[in-house]
Amino acid sequence: MKEKTFKITAETGIHARPATQLVTKASQFESDITLVFKGKSVNLKSIIGVMSLGIGQGAEIAIICEGSDANAALIAIEEVIKGGLGE
Amino acid sequence: MAKTIHGIAASPGIAIAKAFRLNRQEFNIEQKQITSIDQEINRFQDALQNTKQELVEIKQKAFTELGADKAEIFSAHLLVLSDPELVNSVIHKIKEENLNAEYALNEVAKLFISIFENMDNSYMRERAADIRDVTKRVLAQLVGVSTFNLSFISEEVIIIAEDLTPSDTAGLNRRYVKGFTTEFGGRTSHSAIMARSMEIPAVVGTKDVIASIKTGDLVIVDGIDGTVIVNPSAEVVVLYEEKKAAFATQKTEMVKLKDKKTISLDGHQVELAANIGTPNDVISVLENGGEGIGLFRTEFLYMGRTQLPSEEEQFEAYQTILERMENKPVVVRTIDIGGDKELPYLNLPDEMNPFLGFRAIRLCLEMQDMFRTQLRALLRASVYGNLKIMFPMIATLDEFRQAKAILKEEQEKLIANGVAVASNIEVGIMVEIPATAVIADLFAKEVDFFSIGTNDLIQYTMASDRMNERVAYLYQPYHPAILRLINMVIKAAHNQGKWVGMCGEMAGDKWAIPILLGLGLDEFSMSPTSILSARNQITKLSREKIKSHLPTILNLETSEEVKKYVTEKFPIDSDNLII
Repeated sequence: MKEKTFKITAETGIHARPATQLVTKASQFESDITLVFKGKSVNLKSIIGVMSLGIGQGAEIAIICEGSDANAALIAIEEVIKGGLGE
Repeated sequence: MAKTIHGIAASPGIAIAKAFRLNRQEFNIEQKQITSIDQEINRFQDALQNTKQELVEIKQKAFTELGADKAEIFSAHLLVLSDPELVNSVIHKIKEENLNAEYALNEVAKLFISIFENMDNSYMRERAADIRDVTKRVLAQLVGVSTFNLSFISEEVIIIAEDLTPSDTAGLNRRYVKGFTTEFGGRTSHSAIMARSMEIPAVVGTKDVIASIKTGDLVIVDGIDGTVIVNPSAEVVVLYEEKKAAFATQKTEMVKLKDKKTISLDGHQVELAANIGTPNDVISVLENGGEGIGLFRTEFLYMGRTQLPSEEEQFEAYQTILERMENKPVVVRTIDIGGDKELPYLNLPDEMNPFLGFRAIRLCLEMQDMFRTQLRALLRASVYGNLKIMFPMIATLDEFRQAKAILKEEQEKLIANGVAVASNIEVGIMVEIPATAVIADLFAKEVDFFSIGTNDLIQYTMASDRMNERVAYLYQPYHPAILRLINMVIKAAHNQGKWVGMCGEMAGDKWAIPILLGLGLDEFSMSPTSILSARNQITKLSREKIKSHLPTILNLETSEEVKKYVTEKFPIDSDNLII
């Protein structure tokens, strides 16, 4: 299991466009990928799930990857987040 | 029988064609017990697959016709179709409850839609419409109702619908769809915005349009006046054919003016700028030939949220605007909040007279942290373009001096910390309180510029709340008192070598423009879509000629007399169709 936390710095938070990017990326991996925000977890391959959290600027989120390609998945998702969403 | 229906003009132009009524069947979703679970799941998967196919085509079309930006909506829609939460919940319901696919999907979709509808952020609430749009397509596949694909229309039509979703609008074939009218929607709904970018004439908010029109009826959509005419007589059709041709000619004429300077017949040059509310508005300013931004209302940065925006967030917005305007002047008004524009998170007490209350600069001088954050963001952004800062609701010289001193302090701190700040930032004030107009000569010695905010100046001068219908008749831009105040402000500024702009609705008013040009207004700031017609009007006016009429105009007794006089003496361009 691989886990990492991030802080969302984008002013609009995780709205439709970044959610689309995150979900598209996550869907490329076999592993189960979970996003945790304020104690709620959602499947990062679910756009509805990710959007329903309404993650805004300043939010602390955790990404948990579990499965055969967990390492690669976490690296890829980290790349998407650091490409303009957060740190 | 001809019938005229009134609505909201959403996209300018005239369309004359046969009606095509888009029947959005509220299909009946019946609950059924199924016998073969596998067969039902397959049916569901097929429907998803077919819908994906449909959306991929629409996305492709949106991409080539509307650009990557608008196509993005459909990437999100496609992801909804393969969303494991949605798909698995439906399959689960089919398996465990022996339910038919359409009923199971409808139940799951309702649940998700309600989650979004109940969120406290308006952006998120609007996402409910996206889920509805997508699931409806799948449901239509399942129920066997063909969602009519609008891109398949192959003769010239005008679409008549209850509402159009973004996917409907993006799918419109411009060759055949000449216009549309919908019962719902406003000027800023998705479909209206798309209609303008596709240049399809549209009238929205036409309440009883569906009941009044059958497929095949001849229909005229007048997106200029916001009317729809059903089964017009031959004479009316001829009239509208003429209006359509006139519109097309004017449009070509206007486009020619886009990159021109604004110079009167006798060689007097003025600047035509735009009023904007968000960085995105800059696109329309440039498309309409704006020579600058005369008013950037910064309130949007503060509204629709639960806490104050950070300095970084503001900096990015200001930087974006300044960069996009490429060194053209950008006048930013510091936050004009309070009074009727409330921010719940500031917890300000209700007031009896919000327009006369604790707002704008009064609030900023008190809540200095908020004010200083905004000023720092502005100062840091100043190196990216031609920034001018303007303080709203200034009533006394002391307020201006205090605000300017705070600005200077922040500037010095930034410079001491090695942050680059432009050295030539002009600092001015809004003239919207009559007291300020009266002592404009004293202000003119200290400010770099004035911008006359006529909306408030008129209501304060006339002591008339323009939102109150019973006294709205007193909102008179051509009232002699208003014209004389404007005259005083411009004279006072020019005596000190300062420039004067105007950022109220009056600046784009075709009856006011000749007077303002005559009085010597330097910058006219208006809604972006008014700029080209204002330029067109000014190029036909002679300032010297107007000046000779000014003594008469300033001595007319009523607003009506002024309007009548202007109409008689100067070209008003009342045939102008673009606005």
